Amino acid sequence: MSTELIAHPLLSAALELHPQVALRPEPFGALAYHYGNRRLVFLKHADVVTVAKALADHPTLAVTLRACGIAERRWPSFAGAFQSLLQSDVVRERRP
Amino acid sequence: MSVETLATQMKAGLDAPICLTWELTYACNLQCVHCLSSSGQRDPRELTTAEAMAVLDELKALQVFYINIGGGEPMVRRDFFDLVEYSVGNGIGVKFSTNGAFIDAEKARRLAAMDYVDIQLSVDGADAATNDAVRGEGSFATATRAMDHLAEAGFGPFKISVVATRQNVPQLDAFKALADRYGAQLRLTRLRPSGRAVDTWDQLHPTQAQQREIYHWLLAHGDNVLTGDSFFHLNALGDEALPGLNLCGAGRVVCLIDPVGDVYACPFVIHDEFLAGNVRNPGGFTEVWKRSDLFRSLREPQSAGACASCGSFDACQGGCMAAKFFTGLPLDGPDPECVSGHGDAGLAAAAAVPVTLKPRPAQDHTKPARTPAPV
Repeated sequence: MSTELIAHPLLSAALELHPQVALRPEPFGALAYHYGNRRLVFLKHADVVTVAKALADHPTLAVTLRACGIAERRWPSFAGAFQSLLQSDVVRERRP
Repeated sequence: MSVETLATQMKAGLDAPICLTWELTYACNLQCVHCLSSSGQRDPRELTTAEAMAVLDELKALQVFYINIGGGEPMVRRDFFDLVEYSVGNGIGVKFSTNGAFIDAEKARRLAAMDYVDIQLSVDGADAATNDAVRGEGSFATATRAMDHLAEAGFGPFKISVVATRQNVPQLDAFKALADRYGAQLRLTRLRPSGRAVDTWDQLHPTQAQQREIYHWLLAHGDNVLTGDSFFHLNALGDEALPGLNLCGAGRVVCLIDPVGDVYACPFVIHDEFLAGNVRNPGGFTEVWKRSDLFRSLREPQSAGACASCGSFDACQGGCMAAKFFTGLPLDGPDPECVSGHGDAGLAAAAAVPVTLKPRPAQDHTKPARTPAPV
């Protein structure tokens, strides 16, 4: 695995589910609805849903991934997924 | 997960609808010639306030995030604001379609003060002449007056909802300019031969040349113009797909609750063949959504039928079920507005079928024609 990918800056970020977002379980993962911007976003894997829900309980995304039992080889794809969830405001950076 | 597998999951149906349309009443001050619900007179069996609130309780439990309220003219209902406030209070956002007749300055301020409420004002022409020919005398002035009230009240970006017709496709840029003038968002949707449009679709639906115009115009405007994903049959026109899910969501991610509580597969198929159940029956809406025979069958893999050998099927998915049904075409064949013209032969054959044998909407609430008073 490339150290460049594992060093994705988002892995060390403190994230949380946006307080205006609701998650609805679906066979493919979950639907996320943002009551602020009124957008629907598809979380297309059950593991992404598990991690998203656990974000606020851990200091960083990397710690959350480890706590949720996500194998390190999958971290780059999770970092990518959460980057796009950050852009659509489904998750946000936690203020200290 | 790829877009392809997501579409496959969608076709198998979601645990609850994403896009639920609820026509609150068949009563309407207008009688648009293309009304998808043949509205006009109130149905005496209309759901009561308590029944409607019980449905909202179910939708909350199902985590339906928002509903699309329509009619008829939904603001005709005396409990309109009660229902909207109850819905929003339960975390169910409301987007409602209106002709604007009941949005005065005071109501506009009331609406502007509410969270999670979106308004779609319907106009079908960028000027009074084009609009009023379809929606009735004075209806353009009524709609723009409502827009003025909303703008003055600081409602924010409401939506202007247009059904694309042969008469108004030349006005696409004018519609966009109208929306921009109000800081509103334009929504353009496909005309279906449903409701009263069963009898007017022939005169109103866009030509093939206009369909190409719509496709390229929508591509050029991207996400800035909403479409309710209704033009996916146009995706066969080019390599680039219009934004959206590109599938028929009927009974899978979409459904309709009509004013008397009947649940149909989508807003454009008010007909017994697409009636899945009624919210008043045991188990309510939830039972209909999760277990009705109709919805379960719509979530099974569908046959491409005569379209299977066409290279465009992946792009257009065979088009719209409602458009086929009400024009008398087989559901597993081309759309009547197939951009490759594959619907033409079927349409010609259907034209030979006596009108009495053609599918008609299950409900007709059109007001009786007024007879002139004796002099």
